[in-house]
Amino acid sequence: MLEIVLYVALLTAITPLLGGYIARVFSGEIAIAAVERLTRGCEPQDWKRYARSVLVSSAVFFALLYLILQTQSLHPFNPRGFGSPPWDLAFNTTASFVTNTNWQYYAGETTLSNFSQMAGLTVQNFVSAGVGLAVAIAVIRGFAARSGGALGNFYQDLVRAVVYVLLPLSLVSAAVLIVMGVPQSIDLPVGSQEAIKLLGTNGGGFFNVNSAHPFENPSALSNFFELVLILAIPAALTSTYGRMVGNRRQGWALYAAMLTLFVVAVAVVYVAEGHPTPAMHAAGITGANLEGKEERFGTVGTALFVVVTTAASCGAVNGAMEALSGIGGLVPMAQMQTGEVIFGGVGSGLTTMLMFVLLAVFLCGLMVGRTPELLGKKIGAHEIELTVLGTIGVPLLVLVTTALSLTKWGLVSMSTSGPQGFSEALYAYTSQANNNGSAFAGYTGFVQPANGPAYGIVFANLLGGFTMLLGRFVPLLAVLAIAGSLSHQRVAPAGAGTFQTDSATFVVVLIGVIVLVALLTFVPALLLGPVVQGMTHQLF
Amino acid sequence: MRELRRAVIAALALTLVLGLAYPLALTGAAQLVLPHRADGQASLIGRDYSKDLSLFQSRPSVTGYAPDATFFDNQGPNQKALAAQLRGYVRAYLQRERPYTPGLRAQDIPSDAVTTSASGVDPDISVANARIQAHRVAARRHLPLARVLALIDAHRSAFGSFVNVNELNQALR
Repeated sequence: MLEIVLYVALLTAITPLLGGYIARVFSGEIAIAAVERLTRGCEPQDWKRYARSVLVSSAVFFALLYLILQTQSLHPFNPRGFGSPPWDLAFNTTASFVTNTNWQYYAGETTLSNFSQMAGLTVQNFVSAGVGLAVAIAVIRGFAARSGGALGNFYQDLVRAVVYVLLPLSLVSAAVLIVMGVPQSIDLPVGSQEAIKLLGTNGGGFFNVNSAHPFENPSALSNFFELVLILAIPAALTSTYGRMVGNRRQGWALYAAMLTLFVVAVAVVYVAEGHPTPAMHAAGITGANLEGKEERFGTVGTALFVVVTTAASCGAVNGAMEALSGIGGLVPMAQMQTGEVIFGGVGSGLTTMLMFVLLAVFLCGLMVGRTPELLGKKIGAHEIELTVLGTIGVPLLVLVTTALSLTKWGLVSMSTSGPQGFSEALYAYTSQANNNGSAFAGYTGFVQPANGPAYGIVFANLLGGFTMLLGRFVPLLAVLAIAGSLSHQRVAPAGAGTFQTDSATFVVVLIGVIVLVALLTFVPALLLGPVVQGMTHQLF
Repeated sequence: MRELRRAVIAALALTLVLGLAYPLALTGAAQLVLPHRADGQASLIGRDYSKDLSLFQSRPSVTGYAPDATFFDNQGPNQKALAAQLRGYVRAYLQRERPYTPGLRAQDIPSDAVTTSASGVDPDISVANARIQAHRVAARRHLPLARVLALIDAHRSAFGSFVNVNELNQALR
């Protein structure tokens, strides 16, 4: 319990510090001349040009990573002599890392060379987080703009995100992790990947069991440190937002809404995992559900990690998600199904949350019969259409892809049947569509039999890959378009009838809207899987 | 075209800096400052001690305690297969410890002792589990029980009620 209180206190303390630093980086106050010279010719872009740069660079990074994975047999730093993975697995993995998802159908230590891990995946861990951060900053600029349509330059923002924010934080964090016992050698370059895996809310582990492996997460202390790394930047961005729009209370309001949902989630998982599961009950075992958990983390350290990693779109895990109790497993799913707005991914969490803010403002406007506005800007039909696309699009994607996965082509990916099998599929497409990357890991798209060659399940790899790409780029384009549209609007002075978006009332409304959208979309699906298991002692 | 050129240059430059310079520089520094620690400490990885019952035993593992081919057990909370597996672990634990702790029942077993860890190479067991095992270890090694219990207390983690089995067994030898 103390661990949870300490964690919340520390996160709250870090938020304004790191958030302020990030704001200063992107306003150009913190600048190294040699670095700034790299992007000298980059002129400000409107939202369409900014979006084009995001898409073109993502396409290039996609091609490069796919190439690296497909030529693995030729790499240096391949001590165990791995061949190249099948094309469909390489596609899924590439889509996964370019979209900051880090969904992994493969087991790192038995599939990928150290060159692929470093030059392929680690690079994408930085870049996909950098893209998310850059887009978030561009969106904030659009919301804050007093006049004119420029959102900044994508390449300049990306370089700043990587050089001033992600790289220095990763170097320091990796050093701390290495001191705590995470290996960093030619054969096991774990620490360097671990740091950015968490800071960038990526989540793709060096090892198959991710942060449950003693080499990725050696102690209770390293576990706490890793938890801080995951939420540090997503939480800080609320403060960056408040500063850049010139009203810090706006940022704290978002933080309060996120933190409230977060604390409720932690409490539920902590209580749920403190009791034996039906299977333990049947075997006569009492005590906490330690199946699939590490002793050094216990129920508190695991519950906190489960909630942190799915609140952020990180997806790193320090225990088996599939072994969570019914209700314990419901929480991570539900958190992802909010659209990853409870802190969320680096950048993407804030931008999706801003769309929920627009939705909340719109609903309030309908209720009192006034034109909705945010930060003094009128929210029109165009913005609301885009907001609906950005907030409802991904939940819709989850439902459609989950349904598709219940066809005969999808069933082979499940390791079990009944409600658990359904939960595996629902979790898989919830996680991929929301770019989280954690999994009920019995669900597979890549089979490595003890004897005989490994092969990919083409259907799961393709459906998952396209789901991740849509889940990343549809909301990203929608929110950039909204920012572009808002950037042209004049700011009207606040009047007596202006709805305050930095008040406690608004925080409550915002939470209500988020919960309502998620509940209305997903309750029937959740009932079929985790709720059934959580409400009964029945074995299947 | 200019757009594409810019993206390609960015991709190659970032790959060099983030994919090679960053991890290799860290590796160089780590190997220089913490040569053994940075190779990965053996005491962090749980091992199979079942060949020698005079030692403390690790938690059950479905991966044969392999540190380089890890996977989760991935059994759901309401699965019959998991219940059967757990019953097997309970039976094995009782068979192993009951001769030294008469009257030991399933509900007395700390749950960590009969559930699989996440990594399959969990190096730790709960203090309660170790205290039950202490009876067997003391009898097999002809040591006073009090001494074995004192050893557990001495190795207890500062962060919770658990002990590292590797270190405990090292101290016994």
